Amino acid sequence: MEQLVQKLKEEIITSLNLSEMKPENIDEKAPLFVDGLGLDSIDALELTVLLEKKYGLKIKTSDEGKKVLYSVRSMAEFIRKNNKG
Amino acid sequence: MEEKTGFYDRLNQIISFVRDVYIFADSIITPLGFTTEDNTEAMLAGRSGIRLIEDEKMSPVPFYASLIDSQLLHNRFSSFGDPKKYTRFEKLAICSIKDALSKTDIDLSDSRTLFILSTTKGNVDLLETDPGDERLYLWNTANMVQRYFNFRNQPVIISDACISGVQAIITGARMIRAGFFDNAVINGTDIISEFVLSGFNSFQSLSKGLCRPFDKTRDGLSLGEGSGTIILTADPSLCGKIRIEAGEGFSTNDANHISGPSRTGEGLFLAISRILKKTPIAIDFISAHGTATSYNDEMESIAITRAGLQNVPVNSFKGYWGHTLGASGVIESIMGIYSIRNSILFNTAGFSEPGVSNPINIITRSESREIGNCLKIASGFGGCNAAILFRKK
Amino acid sequence: MKESCTITSYCTIRDNIAIHDGRLLFESKTKNFNEFASGLYRHSGISYPKFHKMDNLCKLGFLAAEILLKEKNLSYKYAGDEIGIILMNSSSSLDTDRNYQKTISNRTDYFPSPAVFVYTLPNVVIGEICIRHKIFGEGNFFITEKFNPSFVFNYISQLFDNDFVECCITGWVEISGNNFESVLFLIEKTGKTETGIANFEPSEIESIYNRK
Repeated sequence: MEQLVQKLKEEIITSLNLSEMKPENIDEKAPLFVDGLGLDSIDALELTVLLEKKYGLKIKTSDEGKKVLYSVRSMAEFIRKNNKG
Repeated sequence: MEEKTGFYDRLNQIISFVRDVYIFADSIITPLGFTTEDNTEAMLAGRSGIRLIEDEKMSPVPFYASLIDSQLLHNRFSSFGDPKKYTRFEKLAICSIKDALSKTDIDLSDSRTLFILSTTKGNVDLLETDPGDERLYLWNTANMVQRYFNFRNQPVIISDACISGVQAIITGARMIRAGFFDNAVINGTDIISEFVLSGFNSFQSLSKGLCRPFDKTRDGLSLGEGSGTIILTADPSLCGKIRIEAGEGFSTNDANHISGPSRTGEGLFLAISRILKKTPIAIDFISAHGTATSYNDEMESIAITRAGLQNVPVNSFKGYWGHTLGASGVIESIMGIYSIRNSILFNTAGFSEPGVSNPINIITRSESREIGNCLKIASGFGGCNAAILFRKK
Repeated sequence: MKESCTITSYCTIRDNIAIHDGRLLFESKTKNFNEFASGLYRHSGISYPKFHKMDNLCKLGFLAAEILLKEKNLSYKYAGDEIGIILMNSSSSLDTDRNYQKTISNRTDYFPSPAVFVYTLPNVVIGEICIRHKIFGEGNFFITEKFNPSFVFNYISQLFDNDFVECCITGWVEISGNNFESVLFLIEKTGKTETGIANFEPSEIESIYNRK
C-alpha cells in the first residue's frame, strides 16, 4: 500500500505539473481539494484521466469522484479495492 | 504626439465622434437553415438542430450536437465557388457572408469597409491530417475569405473564446464610431471537430441529451456549428424603415479562474453595469449566453440579478443551435435584433423548470411582444465577459 | 487621438533574452523554451505554483507581464477595472493545439487531457495575467500575420478616447515550438504619468518592437 501511495504521489505531481512539490511534502491523508493542496476542478478532471490511463479505472458519478479523490490515500484505496495497484 | 491641426481633420473627428452605428443586413447558417428567415421559421415551429450523432471519426461514442449537413453546404457553395479550393470552415463563412451581402447593393469592397472574422478554432479539423498545414493560421483563413469577396482592407480576426462574436460586433461598431471605417462586415464561424468535441468531453461538460439552459436538470452544453454575418454601417439611410442601432458594448475579466466563471458573476455584472450607466434605459429583452452548464447559467442569473434586471424577459438560444462558440455571439445577436424588428420573443428551447438560485424571468414560450432593445451578454474561458445593447432608433 | 498617451514601460522577450525598458534583465544560452522560461521564472524571484501548469503561450505572456509591471504598482494608480489588456499574435494557440491533438490522435491510447485543452484558446493568457494582477477591464485577442503597429495604435486610441480604459497593457505574444517572441507595452495617459519611454504613436510602437 505504501509503495502505491508513493507512486501515486509522484504520478500526481507529474500529471498536475506541481513542479514545486516533492512527494514527501504531500500528506497522503490531507484533502486534495479546497484545503490541503488546494487543487481545482481541472486538476480533478486530470486526476480522473490519470486513474483511467494508469489504472484502467473509471469514476462513474461526481459523488463517487468526490469520495475517491478526497486524498491520496482514498485514491490508493480505490485502486487497491479494484485490484489494480 | 502628432497634433491633427487641419480644419477638416478636426471636423471629421467631431463628426465621427458622434456617429451612431446601424445594422443593415444579416445572415445565419445553422442546421436549421441557410438564411436567417429559414432559421426563425424552424425555431417558431419548435425545431432544434441538436440531434444524436454517430460518427466514429468524430467521437468513439455517440454524442448530441448540431451539425451542418456537409453535402448541403458543398452543393450550395458549388453554385458560386470552387469547393476544392476552400475548407469546410471557409465554405461556411463565405456562404453566410454572401447571403448577407446579397441583401445590400452597396459596394463593400472599398477602403471604408472593415472585415472582421470571429472564430475560436478556424480550420482546427486540419490538425488531424497535417499539424503543419498553413490554413491552420486564422489570418490565412481570413485572407482566403477576404480575397473571395475582394475586401480591400486587412481583415481583423478576433479569437477571444466564446465572447468572440460579441467582441467582433463591439469592435466593428467602435471602429466605425471612431471614424476609421463607414461599414463593417462581421462574420462569426466555428465548426465542430474531434478536437473540440473531445476537449469539452474531457471537461465532462457535454449534455447527455439536448441541452437545457437554466433548467433544474441541466447537465451541460451541446456543441453546434454555425456561421453568422452582420453588416454594420454609419449610414442610417441604408436601413429601411426600422433602424436598429448597435449601441455601446464592453468586455471585462473575472480575474478569478481560467475555465470556471466567477461565482459572483463579477465580470459580467461589470459589463452590464457599464452599459446601463452609459445608456440608462429600461431593458426589454436579454439574450443570455445560457450554455446549460451548471456554473455558467448560475453565474448569469447572479449577474443579471445584481444588475437589477431579474424581471426582464431573458432566454438562451442554445437549445436551438447548441453552443456555436465563435459564431454564437453573432448569430444570437442577429436573433436578438430580429426579435426587436419583428416584435417577437423566442422560447428558451430545452427549458422546463428553473434551476438557478436567482429567479430570473426566463421566456417559456414564443410570443409577440413589442420590444425596443435587446441586451446581448456572453462569457467565455479565460474569465472573459462581454455585453452589447441593440436598440430601435 | 483626443488625449495624448505615453508608453511608460515595455518588455521584450526574444532570442533568449529578456529586456525591460531597454535594460537587459535576463539572458540564457538555452534554445529550449521550457528551460528559458524556467530560468526567467526563477530569476524573477516570484513564487506562483500555477505557473507550472500553464502552457507555453501563457508562460511567455505571464513572464512578459511580470517584468512589465514589476516596478509599476499599478494598483496604487488604477482600479482593476480601469486597466485593459489587448494582446495579439499570429498562431493563436496552435502550439498547444498540436500538443492537445497528440492526446487524441491514437484511438488505442486515447486520453484527451483537460489540463491541456483548457489552454487551446489564445485569450487564456489574458486570463492568467488578469488573475495574477487583479485586472478586470477591457480585454481582446487579435490574430494578425505580423505585428501591426497602426492597428495597435488605432484600436487602443479609441479605448482611451472613450474612457473605456485609463491604462492599457498591449502587445505581441507569439510562440511556436522553441521560436518565441513577446513585446508588451504599458500605455498610460500622458497627464497621469511623470515618466515615459516614448509617445504612444505608431512609429514609436514600431521602433520599440524592432529594437534588439
